[in-house]
Amino acid sequence: MTEPAWRSDFPLLANRRDMVYLDNAATTQKPKAVLDALARYYRGTNANVHRGAHRLSDEATAAFEAARETLARRINARSSREVLWTRGTTEAINLVAAAHGPLAVGDGDRILITEMEHHSNIVPWQQLCQRTGAVLKAARVLPSGEIDRDDFAAKLEEQPRIVSISHVSNALGTVNDLSSLVPSAKAVGATVVVDGAQAVAHFDIDVQALGCDFYAFSGHKMYGPTGIGVLYGREELLEEMPPWQSGGEMIERVRIEETTYATLPFKFEAGTPDISGAIGLAAAVDYLDDLDGEAIEAHEASLLAYASASLNQVEGLRIVGTARAKGPVVSFLLDGSHPHDVGTLLDQQGVAVRTGHHCAMPLMDALGVAGTVRASFSLYNSLEDIDKLSGAVRTARTML
Amino acid sequence: MPATAAHSLDDIRSTFGFFDAWQDKYAFLIDIGKALPPLPEADRTEDNLVRGCQSQVWLVPQFDGDTLHLTIDSDAHIVRGLIAIVLAAYDDRPPRQILDFDIEGLFDDLDLIGHLSPTRGNGLRAMVAEIRSIAQEHAAL
Repeated sequence: MTEPAWRSDFPLLANRRDMVYLDNAATTQKPKAVLDALARYYRGTNANVHRGAHRLSDEATAAFEAARETLARRINARSSREVLWTRGTTEAINLVAAAHGPLAVGDGDRILITEMEHHSNIVPWQQLCQRTGAVLKAARVLPSGEIDRDDFAAKLEEQPRIVSISHVSNALGTVNDLSSLVPSAKAVGATVVVDGAQAVAHFDIDVQALGCDFYAFSGHKMYGPTGIGVLYGREELLEEMPPWQSGGEMIERVRIEETTYATLPFKFEAGTPDISGAIGLAAAVDYLDDLDGEAIEAHEASLLAYASASLNQVEGLRIVGTARAKGPVVSFLLDGSHPHDVGTLLDQQGVAVRTGHHCAMPLMDALGVAGTVRASFSLYNSLEDIDKLSGAVRTARTML
Repeated sequence: MPATAAHSLDDIRSTFGFFDAWQDKYAFLIDIGKALPPLPEADRTEDNLVRGCQSQVWLVPQFDGDTLHLTIDSDAHIVRGLIAIVLAAYDDRPPRQILDFDIEGLFDDLDLIGHLSPTRGNGLRAMVAEIRSIAQEHAAL
């Protein structure tokens, strides 16, 4: 197989033939369908939503709310009232920590995460702990990059009130087995939050089947625009949560003495929302829905297998993160070489990767490394891209 | 040209003038980086650390009269090579001369300006800002 059929859907890849883009875990490129949806919205529909006594506002509102329905369908939420627009995963987790956190934890209560979390699934909980006196615990990660299930089970016995775990590790690609982790956390009565940032581009998500209470993800990592993301929340929990930001859009009636709040989901969407972002994200979902999901998953799995095999043949190269279940991510180190040096030399050869701690410093500490080089693949990458990667790595190795 | 511990600015400019291929340029950067005298482990302290997200830089400034002597190190070879260039421009100079020197122009001429960009997170940009602020403080005395 040469280039995957989907590659031609992405204008940037045609415009930048000088680059092999392997930084997809940071952000994906956007298909033409998304770019067109953004342009169409601004050229023909742009108006503020949920107000305005004119047809343009009606059309913008209809498109904006249809986008919410599209996202609700994509993740199998019970209703679009459970789909809140946020700026991305980070804001979504902050929303849960700020608005649900104080209802769930008090002084001395436990919050459980894992050592493999992205900083955005660590720091909001630390801040919640500072405000409430709760205690943050992290389940250990094994050298393979998998959660130490014994340690996770032991920490569940402390009856954490909140358990927040990533679906897929951004730094290593480990896919966590939510089908057993979530039920075990629910069994001790915890609120279960899932950071889905690295999963949504690669796997079909069914929040009801997962059984989690919250699921957070970003649009830009699944072929949508930057600046838009989603927090799925179970309706009963969202109903009892107070608003976390306030202003316009989120109110029903304001008197100087007292305000009554809007119903879901608007209670959590103060101010003018990212209308074009929501519409662009829905276009990305429509684009994915039209593709054969199983074929994409198989293609990405073959990229991962080929990259792992090719890179393993480079002398002195060690793949960091060897979990049995992985998303299309390969993190690696060249013996004696700093990841930043490797990344710089790959960039000189037109191969775009990420280097460093990947915003997961506790994970790097747990694995005893300062950082790694991370190549992350997407549906439009080809086996040739991976040949260029391993060739460039070999060149870098001879230079360092 | 063999890599030695200290290169003059003229050396560096003329050497870079000979390079056509990126490999030659980066091989030279790596060479002069490797030749840079390492900072003693005892000086690799939190206090001397200049924040960089992808690589780390340690900086020990010392005034000898009106001359600023700099010892700088990094954990990455290419960053050490870039440091050797910064040292050629800044080391053992009076603060006024440091402040007047167009470092961005130099990196632009050498086609290395990307390494001074904030996205690289290699600590180089923060290091240059730090040296300039030390020079500024001293010049104001």
